[in-house]
Amino acid sequence: MARTWTTADLEQWDERIRTKAEEFGLACFTQEFEVCDQEQMLGYMAYHGMPAQYPHWSFGKAYEKLKTLYTYGVSGLPYEMVINANPSLAYLMRDNSLCLQLLTISHVYGHNDFFRNNYMFRDTRPESTIGQFKLHADRIRGYLEDPSIGPTKVEETLDAAHALSLQCRRHTAIRKLSADEQRERALDAARPAKDPYARIHKPQEYREPDLSRVPLEPEEDLLAFIAAHNPYLAEWQRDLLRIVHGQSQYFLPQIETKIMNEGWACYWHHKIMSSLELPDDLHIEFLVNHNQVVRPHVGNLNPYHVGFILWHDLAKRHGGDAGSTAAAALFEVRESERDVSFLRRFLTRELMEEMHMFEYQRQEDALVVSRVVDEDDWEAVKQTLLKNIGMNTVPVIRVIDADFGHNRTLRLEHEHDGRDLDLDHMERTLKHVHRLWSRPVLLDTRLKEEAATFSQTESGFERMKN
Amino acid sequence: MQKSIFRPYVEAETLRSDRSARDRSRHRQKVRESIRENIADIIAEESIIGQSRDKVVKIPIRGVREFRFIYGDNAPGVGTANGDVQPGQKIGAAEQEGQQPGGPGQKPGVDYYETDITLEELVDIMFEDLNLPNLERKNLREIQVEATRKRKGYRKVGVQTHLDKRRTAMSRIRRAIASGAPPPDPTTDATRFPFHRDDLKYRRLVREIRPQSNAVVLCIMDTSGSMDTMKKYLARSFFFLLYRFVRTRYNKVEVVFIAHDAEAREVSEEEFFTKGESGGTIISSGYAKALEIIQARYHPEHWNLYAFHCSDGDNWITDNPQAVRTAQELCALCNLFGYGEIKPLNSGSYGNSLMEIFAQIQAPNFLSAVIESKTDIWPTFKEFLTHEYLAETAAS
Repeated sequence: MARTWTTADLEQWDERIRTKAEEFGLACFTQEFEVCDQEQMLGYMAYHGMPAQYPHWSFGKAYEKLKTLYTYGVSGLPYEMVINANPSLAYLMRDNSLCLQLLTISHVYGHNDFFRNNYMFRDTRPESTIGQFKLHADRIRGYLEDPSIGPTKVEETLDAAHALSLQCRRHTAIRKLSADEQRERALDAARPAKDPYARIHKPQEYREPDLSRVPLEPEEDLLAFIAAHNPYLAEWQRDLLRIVHGQSQYFLPQIETKIMNEGWACYWHHKIMSSLELPDDLHIEFLVNHNQVVRPHVGNLNPYHVGFILWHDLAKRHGGDAGSTAAAALFEVRESERDVSFLRRFLTRELMEEMHMFEYQRQEDALVVSRVVDEDDWEAVKQTLLKNIGMNTVPVIRVIDADFGHNRTLRLEHEHDGRDLDLDHMERTLKHVHRLWSRPVLLDTRLKEEAATFSQTESGFERMKN
Repeated sequence: MQKSIFRPYVEAETLRSDRSARDRSRHRQKVRESIRENIADIIAEESIIGQSRDKVVKIPIRGVREFRFIYGDNAPGVGTANGDVQPGQKIGAAEQEGQQPGGPGQKPGVDYYETDITLEELVDIMFEDLNLPNLERKNLREIQVEATRKRKGYRKVGVQTHLDKRRTAMSRIRRAIASGAPPPDPTTDATRFPFHRDDLKYRRLVREIRPQSNAVVLCIMDTSGSMDTMKKYLARSFFFLLYRFVRTRYNKVEVVFIAHDAEAREVSEEEFFTKGESGGTIISSGYAKALEIIQARYHPEHWNLYAFHCSDGDNWITDNPQAVRTAQELCALCNLFGYGEIKPLNSGSYGNSLMEIFAQIQAPNFLSAVIESKTDIWPTFKEFLTHEYLAETAAS
């Protein structure tokens, strides 16, 4: 049953929720809640929750899609949106019942704590997030209104940039070497290793490294690389590429920690709400909503479900919810893992069996179960799962040569891990690369167990003969 | 932790916060563009032919999909289930697409790339930038149609239904005041002030005459035995387009469906688009039937006439002279007479072709084309209409 509420009620409840959160040891940014209606909520969600974002039709598409999804009922918390910023910003939907508001508030503190403490988020600069997005939006609006640029050109460039936005470095915690450092490393590598028996060995030949090569080491940040190395781009185009690149860097940690983050928030909303000594009707409504959120989605993975089960199990293994050792262990894991490592460490065969996990494969027009969790196959299923998480769903594509054949052809390489690229998408995406690079583009990959090279030039897309 | 901040809902903000309006409209525009680009494929879909106007069709949209490097078919996935599953069990139909990036929680491969659209909308999009023949026809052919009746002023005589009670009552009061009669007292009859015939006011209606363009499309189809399913399908697709097109362009359009084998008969729309026939082929019978119908119902002075004929060209050989003669007669009467010869690739044909025989028709408003496959339909259709357009601009 829905209860009506006022902002004062929320503030009162929030006081209690926040005290509980603190007691449990969550360390959050200051939290801001904005109450909004459904239209605004969908609007925020379509723009990744940002109060300001540059215009692009893909956000309009996202809006329509969300609207459809919500019209037909959708998983997860109804209208929960929190953004990684300091102070953190979250939205509460006006039409939600009091119970849902409390649940959402508790859930938001979980995310907030995660944003603030997980190592993946260290370089996201939450203090300036909202301002940054606003600046980006203002600059791009400027280009849209500039008579010498205009919406068509801006849209073309943004379309192309969006196609490559996820082609970036995944290991943000490992510092990217500067060009000088890369040169240094190449020289070091070429230098003969110190040989204690140099006097009796033939002197090793010194092979001079090719320092003229661009890039010296394969480069994963496609947009940043193109912005830096294509002299024919206009300054505004470079700016667009850098904006899109910067935004995906900002969102990357969220992609990489989806299961952990949602699981963490569910774990804490469950704990906080259970400790609030809610009146019976609210408590029952809470349980119904909670179960709705963490229910398994048959046929695929519900990150809320998997995450919740994993965190819960982890707490149990350290002596149950109450123990302080459990809390310490949980907080350590929340700080130092991301989805892939988290699942690799803590997803046990027992849990996989409990969740009835299975691997499926496409056979002609149907999806067919290929493996289930049993003695022989559980590890294989787990490996497949790890490949389908976060940025592992995005093929690794690197620039290996920006001046191939000495005519500024861009040579890309796909790091093949057993999964082929989708040909149709590859063709279209290469067109985008070509548009941004303004010179021919080559892509090396493997297709049906065979090495294959594709090219996109002025005259079109083709598969090169090997 | 610092105290959290709650910003209450501000009513007025909603009025100015439709931030996604611009992006949504651009997205919709792209959807329409994409439909337009693929129109030739879409209209050749069997499911569209012969459907009613408000039928909703699903249309794949390619242009608004966002392409990225993604994994293809041979990438396995992992899911959870409620109970035990066995290897080999089917868990659903594969999407046509590969998997989408974005992590778990998303259904594999479901992208928003199909849209529902009514046939009517589709037809609108199809024709909106064809820029082809319009309503500006030769003056002669604009016929005065009494389109509506409009109110214009009042008068003292008229039929009862047009009586304007308010004005009638007012005019009685006016007359009562002017005559200085005592104010009415409902208790006695003495002060009664009855209506007079002069008080009655009737609404006056005038007819509004509007010039209107009228068109008749005569669809003539060969339904003889040699027209196999494929040929009939091509012919129907073509007529379907034509029919839809004419519908969008003319206020008043009549369509006559004539099916012929060795004999011709007028049939209903449904029969025309769905039924099969068999028998020999005497093309002139179809033309004669068309001429007969024009004679009886559609005077060329008052109607824009379009005749289209689809056949596989296998005419009964002795009928050819007659066919040419009737075709010429049709040309003389019609704005446009089009002949489409359906020759699917690899289909059995007896080598006959009316194309060669019709080559002797010199009329400028005669047009013929060969349709070999379903991809030819849209180009042929465009060609037919462009021809008319050019003829028209040349004439004016």
